[in-house]
Amino acid sequence: MNIYRSHVLICGGTGCVSSKSDKLQEKFENLLVNKDLDKEIKVVRTGCFGLCEAGPIIIVYPEGSFYSQVKIEDVEEIIDEHLVKGRIVKRLLFKDSIEDDIIKSVEEVEFYKKQKRIALKNCGVIDPEDVDEYIAYDGYMALGKVLTEMTPEEVIETIKDSGLRGRGGGGFSTGLKWGFTAKAQGDQKYVLCNADEGDPGAFMDRSILEGDPHSVIESMAIAGYAIGSNQGYVYIRAEYPIAVDRLQIAIDQAREKGLLGKNIFGTDFEFDMEIRLGAGAFVCGEETALIASIEGERGMPRNKPPYPANKGLWQKPTLINNVETYANIPQIILHGADWFKSMGTEKSSGTKVFALGGKINNTGLIEVPMGTTLREVIYEVGGGIPNGKKFKAVQTGGPSGGCITAKELDTPIDFDSLTAIGSMMGSGGMIIMDEDDCMVDIARYFLDFTVEESCGKCPPCRIGTKRMLEILEKITSGNGEPEDLNRLERLSENIKSSSLCGLGQSASNPVLSTLKHFRDEYEAHVNEKRCPSGLCKDLLSYYIIAEKCKGCTLCIKACPSDAITGERKEVHEIHQDKCIKCGACLDKCPFKAIITK
Amino acid sequence: MDFKFDLDENKEKIDKLMEIIEEVKSKNISKKASLMPVLHDAQKMFGYLPIEVQSIISEQLNVPLAEIYGVATFYSQFSLVPKGEYEIGVCLGTACYVKGAQAIIDKITADLEVKVGGTSSDSKFSLIATRCIGACGLAPIMTINEDVYGKLKLEEISDILKKYKDK
Amino acid sequence: MKSLDELKKIREASLDKIDLRNKKDGMRIVVGMATCGISAGARDVLMALLEEIKSRNLRDVTVTQTGCIGICRLEPIFEVYSPGGEKVTYVNMTPEKAKKVISQHIVNNKVISEYTIGAVEE
Repeated sequence: MNIYRSHVLICGGTGCVSSKSDKLQEKFENLLVNKDLDKEIKVVRTGCFGLCEAGPIIIVYPEGSFYSQVKIEDVEEIIDEHLVKGRIVKRLLFKDSIEDDIIKSVEEVEFYKKQKRIALKNCGVIDPEDVDEYIAYDGYMALGKVLTEMTPEEVIETIKDSGLRGRGGGGFSTGLKWGFTAKAQGDQKYVLCNADEGDPGAFMDRSILEGDPHSVIESMAIAGYAIGSNQGYVYIRAEYPIAVDRLQIAIDQAREKGLLGKNIFGTDFEFDMEIRLGAGAFVCGEETALIASIEGERGMPRNKPPYPANKGLWQKPTLINNVETYANIPQIILHGADWFKSMGTEKSSGTKVFALGGKINNTGLIEVPMGTTLREVIYEVGGGIPNGKKFKAVQTGGPSGGCITAKELDTPIDFDSLTAIGSMMGSGGMIIMDEDDCMVDIARYFLDFTVEESCGKCPPCRIGTKRMLEILEKITSGNGEPEDLNRLERLSENIKSSSLCGLGQSASNPVLSTLKHFRDEYEAHVNEKRCPSGLCKDLLSYYIIAEKCKGCTLCIKACPSDAITGERKEVHEIHQDKCIKCGACLDKCPFKAIITK
Repeated sequence: MDFKFDLDENKEKIDKLMEIIEEVKSKNISKKASLMPVLHDAQKMFGYLPIEVQSIISEQLNVPLAEIYGVATFYSQFSLVPKGEYEIGVCLGTACYVKGAQAIIDKITADLEVKVGGTSSDSKFSLIATRCIGACGLAPIMTINEDVYGKLKLEEISDILKKYKDK
Repeated sequence: MKSLDELKKIREASLDKIDLRNKKDGMRIVVGMATCGISAGARDVLMALLEEIKSRNLRDVTVTQTGCIGICRLEPIFEVYSPGGEKVTYVNMTPEKAKKVISQHIVNNKVISEYTIGAVEE
């Protein structure tokens, strides 16, 4: 085996691959061979480091130097300077990892300092395609411990005691769920993993599967032992090709090592698992719809009870948890329920992964103890709002959640506190919005999503959400009437109380919460036909400020509908009847003479 | 847009599909449960699911065509019409949306004269609004076949599209 | 996988693969790897240090590089920092001498004075 003096860790998460980290890896490997350094320096492709904003990210050990936004042209410099001469390339370091000329290693950077990584423990640390690296970080020790030292009842007790609650959104006690499925009668039982991460703006499950797939495999095997099942399925979105590939590689490696299959750890326990691809239907995140989809049906939910614990896949008792929930299990087994409970709040123990997106500096993936306040997450870990803009709201819980305003920023985040302020935890997507975002338009956006994704089985959701969307479109296009706001509220209540599944029951949340917190914006749209954020196109008009216009004719050329007229060196004019409000003139004007009102 | 599925031209692919179906059948799972994996393979092979292909699957798996059609139309990953040579996907996840993805779609629709979900008249481009692809750090984001364009600015669109138009 | 012991063995063997990425609190060896150091043979010295550390299974030692230490005529040079922060500078190093420093200084905490900069400069 080679002795390496340096490891170059390159992020291979979807975010960084999208910004060409795969090309960087190739370049590193080629150059190291050319320079005869490939026996001394090892290139490792890892999962997501979490700071997608700064990608592609490279970390060099043993120094722990944290390079961000590395370009192909920079590779040679990193090799020649850092890896050969030991001089860290300061200009490429992540902005927060160098302060007063003192270089901080990756774990000292503010973004990571406040975090506590359990589910993401190995993401960005190990090579997800090498089972040995997972084992080196105590991988499969929990499975070994469970099989050789614990009874299934003890496993379930431990999970119950830990207070772990479902991370997919429901927040139901994981231990109780395991207990119900264990008690259910049936000759065959199944363990399912819900990796159909559909909430737009949430990507923690993808990152875990990409960065640490074995943790999910190990955990599902533990679940199999606890409830008495020998077969697992992972239902994963087809939109996540990298995650699918890595999970398949991990399953193959686990089989090869005898960590899946028969007689695991010399016991008579056997367990195996397969991947099932989703096909782009948000509703399949609902457990009964997911089961229908695996069975080859249209993914439509059904009434509960009976719950999957009693009648699930092919009518057999079935345990179903989401990816992040599973990723916590091995750590709880290894360190005990009390360790897990020591983190977080009384009713929500442990940590939670959040995906920060929208108008925030450090877009990416973070994991913090439950009970951390929204302010800490947004301003300390997230680095605040870019371009000096004012924070307006944070949307949590995706299409089922709501908006939280500046007044509530000091709320400690846990399952119950978010519900109490009219939003919800959901799967952990957090979209931060600033003063430029129109809340009516955001509500319209989510309804548009729900209408598109409604499966059509029950009328309240199929028809009701469509009507709500129509009303919202009417408002954003400037045709709203005062009565519309009441109509929206009434419809919301009806859909909420009469829909079949969670999708419909929660579909109106984005509308209700924006109506509650930003009613003034709705009223401005309806009564004054004005969009306070200047985002709703139909409510905007473009004007030329005469004093600033130099008559350069650039806007005239840019206008696709010939709505601007004027002679060279004379003030131009926009004809409102012809203007299609595309904004092309605004982008082209070098003198900032065009404004919207 | 008019298109015709030519059975003779696609003979090789159909033979391959038969092999896949045989392999799936040999595994001991119910026929219905193997439907989704087979549809995924077929979609990958043909780029869409023509009714002719659905009929073949129906006969081979002994699942009624109506049910297959039901499944194929339910899921957004399956398409019943062929895609353009370049498939443009603009992410409409929330993170991309608040960073201006809608304006990008509007720009592409105007530039290429293609509707969301449609294919241009020369079959060169098709445009879809994708669900969140999970690269929210790079919002707004657009994919053209395998190429990914992140942190997009509106004024870059024309130049990017031009590269593909000229290809 | 037949037993927990088998897993532990794989774990032991795999630790080497990731050891470099762990945070350590023990001795730190910093090798001068500027042009002068490299041309004097600093890379061989560095590799000798790593080999010796591996063969002795020393888990708490970090080996890193730095640029020019400033006394080019005495290269290859490396500095050993103890956890308390004291520094010993070894000069005119060779792979053999480097291995000896590991066995004496790092393992037994005995500075080899005749290799240090103080002794050579006198």
